Amino acid sequence: MSSILREAGETFVTLAKGFSVTFSNMLRKTVTENYPEEPVHFQDRYRGIHVLHRDENGLEKCVGCFLCAAACPARCIYIEAAENTDAQRISAGERYARVYNIDYSRCIFCGYCVEACPTDAITHGHGFELAPSDINALIYRKEKLLEKGTVRDVASNQLFL
Amino acid sequence: MNEFASQHPILVVALPKIVVLLLVLLTSLAYLTWFERKVVAHIQSRWGPYRVGPHGLLQPLADGVKFLFKEDVTPAGADKFVYFLAPFLSLSLAITSIAVIPFGPKEFTVFGQPTPLAITNLNIGLLVLFAITSMGVYGVALAGWSSNSKYPLLGGLRSSAQMISYELALTMSVVGVILMAGTFNLSEIVMSQQGFHWGFLPRWNLIGGPMPQLLGFLLFFTAAVAETNRAPFDLAEAESELVAGFHTEYASFKFAMFFMAEYSSMITVSCLATILFFGGWLSPFPQTAAFAWAHYIPAAAFALAGLALIFYGIRYLTMFGRVVLPVLGVVLGALALLFIRPGVTEFVQGPFWFLLKVVFFLFVYVWVRGTLPRLRYDQLMGFGWKLLLPLSILNVVITSLAIVLTQR
Repeated sequence: MSSILREAGETFVTLAKGFSVTFSNMLRKTVTENYPEEPVHFQDRYRGIHVLHRDENGLEKCVGCFLCAAACPARCIYIEAAENTDAQRISAGERYARVYNIDYSRCIFCGYCVEACPTDAITHGHGFELAPSDINALIYRKEKLLEKGTVRDVASNQLFL
Repeated sequence: MNEFASQHPILVVALPKIVVLLLVLLTSLAYLTWFERKVVAHIQSRWGPYRVGPHGLLQPLADGVKFLFKEDVTPAGADKFVYFLAPFLSLSLAITSIAVIPFGPKEFTVFGQPTPLAITNLNIGLLVLFAITSMGVYGVALAGWSSNSKYPLLGGLRSSAQMISYELALTMSVVGVILMAGTFNLSEIVMSQQGFHWGFLPRWNLIGGPMPQLLGFLLFFTAAVAETNRAPFDLAEAESELVAGFHTEYASFKFAMFFMAEYSSMITVSCLATILFFGGWLSPFPQTAAFAWAHYIPAAAFALAGLALIFYGIRYLTMFGRVVLPVLGVVLGALALLFIRPGVTEFVQGPFWFLLKVVFFLFVYVWVRGTLPRLRYDQLMGFGWKLLLPLSILNVVITSLAIVLTQR
């Protein structure tokens, strides 16, 4: 008899615990986000559309070494490198990427390019609204990937956008 | 007009009452689906319906339109007549059972004809209610059988066995209340629960009377959840095993009718729990001068809800919501103003407390669904026959003993 009563008591306690868990969870903030009415909150490590960075002088960090293109398993990165000259200095290194295209119809957002980059020139941003109506629009040129900012022409020491 | 009303009381009094109650019931059925989806969603840290109207308030409307415009498929080899009959049977029985539920104490007069706040006030109201709700098993069993498909058949079999088994415990668990009240009339059962322990604790059947019916209430509610085929006893539509159970082969509005029948019986059972164990329309506050302020609780609740809606609504995400929510808030505020008028205050006391308690039980229904996992079939049967039924008989015996001992 006492064992039955104890079991009944334990059952009630466990039931009460379960119900309190669901009730307190109901009062908690929801995790669903109201995209597109509200901005999406990403983790820092989220791998979105790439960003090509500039250094503190406003020069491009990319030195046209092709390591990202070599690391890319989807072969979506196309680079044409060119030499920097004293008259026209684009990056701090010897060469710079004259053309830097990423084909987002191929990119799998694996992040290997980011890992491969020796100058931390390419990282993943948090952009994700890629869908176009024309597949050609998925090929992003350097102008679109490049971090916005002022470019300092070292030779003339002039600032231009 | 008064003469006409006295000659044709059914036409002038009963029919409008039925129409109004039916409209209110069907609307609340629709919004009960919204309420359930919202509560379950928040239990699972989701938003629930959010897109159709502010906070998904127009979702029931969208669902209704969707159901109406879906193709109505009849499976090959189905018994057409029974296949069509089953949803009608389910819904009409589920809705009929609400007819005997009294919503308040006051009689009001329509063209000189006094009439209670219920469709009918029967002396055997409780028996009629149980008779009608237990017929509901026909809808489920016939739907399962007539679909000519294996999953519905299994679901129908399961739920007919389940509903018949739990019917016993359900009826036995309210015998204690009937013994204490000495009547089957639902209004009189409510009136028998008047009074207060020590001046403040209401003598509702849950905690009052010769033998408090706490056990009876737990048994009643458990059996009622099983009787209405709701989680965690929703084996009739266990989607992991039976697709959707007895209504697998139903589409379009026939499916919606099963859905409405389920929610309608939820409302009926909540009303019944309120009447039998929680004092029906009785206010939890004593009718003394010290508690005179309790009369203004309905108005205050509506006013607060209205203000909250207005302040929340004007900062809502969408333009539509910024218009609709404050308007709703203004309507609630206007109702609050109406409720503090002398005659109206008295009238709304009963329905207000009644509906508040019913909403609480509906919330518990959804809360149970959000908390407990589904039982296995043999567990369900064992639970019903080996635990609920003996305990409810025990409850009857103890209550009878208590009544005999206290009346001597």
